[in-house]
Amino acid sequence: MNRTYELMFIVRPDMADEDLDKLVSNLESTVTSAAGTVKSVDRMGKRRLAYTVRKFREGIYILLTIEGAGTVIHELERRLRVTEQVIKFLTVRVDEEHKRLEKIKALRDARKKVSAQPAASADEAPTAEVPAASDVPAATA
Amino acid sequence: MTEETKAPAATERPSRPSGDGPRSGGDRPRFGGGGGGGRSGPGGPPREGGRKFFRRKKVCKFCTEKIADINYKDYRLLGQFVAESGKIVPRRLTGVCSPHQHRLATAIKQARNIALLPFAGRAS
Repeated sequence: MNRTYELMFIVRPDMADEDLDKLVSNLESTVTSAAGTVKSVDRMGKRRLAYTVRKFREGIYILLTIEGAGTVIHELERRLRVTEQVIKFLTVRVDEEHKRLEKIKALRDARKKVSAQPAASADEAPTAEVPAASDVPAATA
Repeated sequence: MTEETKAPAATERPSRPSGDGPRSGGDRPRFGGGGGGGRSGPGGPPREGGRKFFRRKKVCKFCTEKIADINYKDYRLLGQFVAESGKIVPRRLTGVCSPHQHRLATAIKQARNIALLPFAGRAS
């Protein structure tokens, strides 16, 4: 129930601002009615697309961060598919990724504390280094 | 005296590189060179007297700079690992380590899907 998703979608560039706001608020209400929460809405503005999508070369990018079950995303995507103004969308599940990043951050913070206090127990250092495979310096390669 | 001179000569011969291929081939510096740090067997070595690549050991950019988050959204970072044609550059050229290359590839494919990076051709 606490899955976090990032939904990025592109809207046609000739869309008016208030239509855009209407669309975003529609989506937000869909999320809340499906027992989810919208964590953030990021309007990334007009950008040039890397390739033409439905004959458009530019698009307005919007990023929604949503928390909820998979059914919420199901419903959202169904709506986005139907909406004429939305030309592309991509949903990415990010809760596992966030968990991993938090873990790495915690390890790095713990390591900094250990190096700041040389009197701290030495067994903290090996346990901090073992799981973080990505932190292994290239010198050992 | 003659025995002493014979003995070193007898031991010297097998240690000469032209005699033993595999054994002294491992001592050669080109075992570590030729790109792709950590991999046994760069492109050139089996050819005797061919090209000897002494490329400096490439390090993984993500490991050294401690970049933990490889997101599809930062297309500028991803664009460094994409060729002019839009293809993903192999890790033996960029020196990226295996887990980071996997994440990088996934992120590039996601970015391509959301039109942040092209599938083919130059990135605008």
